[in-house]
Amino acid sequence: MSLVHFQILSAALFSIGLYGVLARRSAVLILLSIELMLNAVNINLIAFSAYTESLASTGQVIAIFVITVAAAEVGLALAIIINLFRSKGSVDIDKIDVMRW
Amino acid sequence: MGSTQESGTEGGVLTESLVVFLIISVVCVAGGLGVVFSRNVIHATFLLLVSLMGVAGIFLLLLAEFLALVQVLIYGGAITIVVLFVIMLTKSDEFESLVDNSQKPLAFLISIGLFVVMTVAAIAADNGNTVRASLKFSDLGHSLFTDWAIPFEVASLVLLVALIGAIVISKQGEEE
Amino acid sequence: MSLLDLLKTISAIMGMLTVLSVIVLSLTLLERKFIGRIQMRKGPNRVGPFGLLQPVADAIKLVAKEDILPTWVDKVIYWVSPLVVFIPTFMIWVTIPVARDVVIRNLDMGLFYIIAFSVLSIVGLISAGWASANKYAIIGGFRAAAQLISYEIPIILSVLAIAMLAGSLNLERIVDAQATKPYIFLQPLGAFLFLCGGLAELGRTPFDIHPAESEVVGGPFVEYSGAHWSVFFLAEYINTFAIAALTTLLFLGGWLFPGLPGNVTASGVLVFLTKTYLVVLVIFWFRGTYPRLRIDQLMSLGWKVLVPLGFINVVVTAVALKTELPEIILGLISFVILASTFWIISVRMRTAPKPEYTVRLYDPSLEGLNAR
Repeated sequence: MSLVHFQILSAALFSIGLYGVLARRSAVLILLSIELMLNAVNINLIAFSAYTESLASTGQVIAIFVITVAAAEVGLALAIIINLFRSKGSVDIDKIDVMRW
Repeated sequence: MGSTQESGTEGGVLTESLVVFLIISVVCVAGGLGVVFSRNVIHATFLLLVSLMGVAGIFLLLLAEFLALVQVLIYGGAITIVVLFVIMLTKSDEFESLVDNSQKPLAFLISIGLFVVMTVAAIAADNGNTVRASLKFSDLGHSLFTDWAIPFEVASLVLLVALIGAIVISKQGEEE
Repeated sequence: MSLLDLLKTISAIMGMLTVLSVIVLSLTLLERKFIGRIQMRKGPNRVGPFGLLQPVADAIKLVAKEDILPTWVDKVIYWVSPLVVFIPTFMIWVTIPVARDVVIRNLDMGLFYIIAFSVLSIVGLISAGWASANKYAIIGGFRAAAQLISYEIPIILSVLAIAMLAGSLNLERIVDAQATKPYIFLQPLGAFLFLCGGLAELGRTPFDIHPAESEVVGGPFVEYSGAHWSVFFLAEYINTFAIAALTTLLFLGGWLFPGLPGNVTASGVLVFLTKTYLVVLVIFWFRGTYPRLRIDQLMSLGWKVLVPLGFINVVVTAVALKTELPEIILGLISFVILASTFWIISVRMRTAPKPEYTVRLYDPSLEGLNAR
C-alpha cells in the first residue's frame, strides 16, 4: 500500500464532492458536499505527511486546522441557511438571485 | 502503536492492510456517492457520517490516531448533529422536489474529468514508497504549541468569530 | 496482527459483552430494590428468592414481546438507530481497565477515545427520534441532542484538568498517579462537574429531559418495543455503569485502596467493583430524591453554571501546576469554589422573584417540525 492508493481515494472523494456542489440545488446538500471535499483534502495532507519523513507533523497540524475551519464554516453556513429559510421560505439556492430584498 | 510500519504489494499480492484499505475506501466512496445522489436529505446526512467515519478509518491506516479520534468527535459528535438540527428546523418536505439543477451533465463531466486527471497525475508521480512513518502524540502536541503556536491562536480566534457571527446572523431574522 | 491475536481479541470482546450483560441485569434489580427502599416499598420480591430472578424474567418478557413497526417510519434508520446508540457505549469499554492489566487494549489516548466515541451515540438518539415519525419522538430527539452537546463540554473540561494533573490520557497511568491521594481531594469541583455532566449524558434523573415520560412520553423511544427497545435499555445501563467506572478511575483511585496490594488482580477487581457500585448507588439515590429539571433550567445550569465552572477549574489547575502550589491548597481552592457555587445557587433560589409563566399554545419556532 503506497501513497498512490490514498491519493486516488482522495481524488475520488474530492470529485464526488465537486459534483455535489455543482449539481445540487439545496444549500444544505451543497454544504455536505463541501465537507466531503474538505475531508478529501485532509486525507491527502495526512497521507503526504505519513509517507514523507521530513513532514511528519506538518500535515497533521494543517489537517487539524482544516477541521477547525470546517467546523467554523458549518456553524456560519447553517446560520445563513436558517436566516435564508426565515426570509425566503426556501433553501433553494437557484431562487437566491437578488442581492437584497 | 509502533514506530515505523512496513507493508507493500509485492507483485500484486494483497497484504492485510491493503485489504482493510480497500474495504474502508469502498465505504467512504459509497457513502460519498450516497450523499450526492440521495433524494432524501436526512439520508444524505447519515451517509455523510458513514463516509466520514470511513475517513477516520483511513486516518488510522495512516497511523494518525489522534486525527482519527478528532474526526469522530468533531464530525460524529458535532457537525452531523448540527446539520440534522437545521434540516429538521427547515421544511424537510421541500427537499423531495429540490434535488438537482440543470448543470447536472456538465457537473458530471467536470468531476469525472478532474478525477481522471488527478488519478493519472498520482500514478505518474508514484515513487513506490511503502514506508509509513508514525508520529508520537506528544510530538504532535509539541509542534502544535511551538512551531504552530501563532496559527493555533489564529484558529481559535476564527472559531470565536464564527461563534459570534453565527449567533448574530441567526438572531437577525428572528424579529420578523 | 496474527490470527491468534485476532481470536484472542474477539474472545475478550465476547467475554466483555457477557460480563456487561450480567452487570446490567444486576443493576436493574439493584435499582428497583434501592428505589423501593427509598420509597418505603419492598421492590420486586416474587420471582425467585428475594426477587433475584426478576431481571431474568424481565429479559425474557422483552425478547418475547412483539416488535412493532409503525407504518410511517423510515425503516432503515429506524432499525439501525438502536445499534448506533449501542455500539459506541460498548466500544468505550475496550479501554476501561478493571484492574491493573485487566483491559482489552490499553490505549495511550484512552480518555480521549472514550470521549470521542461516547459522543457518537447522540446521533443514534436523534435519528431514532426522526425515524419514528412521531412528534413526541422528534421533540425528544431534539432535546437529547441539545442536552447531550451542552453537557459534553463540562465533562471534557473536568477530564482535561485530570489529564493535566496526571500528565497522561492513559487510564492506567491516571490511576497510578492517584497512589497516594485520590483526585477527588484535589478536584472536588472537577468531580462534581464530571458526575453532573455524566448524569446528563445518561439522561437520568434529574436530567431525564429527553425520555421524560410526563412530557414527551419516552422521547426518542416512544415507538420502539420488544427487542429493539431493550437495546436502548441495555445501552443506558451500560452507560450508567461506564460513568460510574470512569468516576472511580478518574477521581476515586480506581483499583487502589490503602492497605491492599494494587498489583493483585483479584483484590483490584473487587475494590474497583465495590467503588463503582457505590457510585452507581449514588446515581440511583439522585433518582429517588430529586425531581426533574425543566428544560430551560437544564440549559441554564449547563451553560451558565457548569461550563464557566469547568473553565475556572482548568485555569485554577493550570496555575496551580505552573506555580507548583501544594496539592492541599489546590484541593482547598477547588472546594471553596464548589461550596460558594452551591451557596450562591441556594441564595438565589430563595430570593429570586418567581417567574411569571405565559402559556404559549402555539410555538412558531417549532414550525416545520415535520416528522417526515
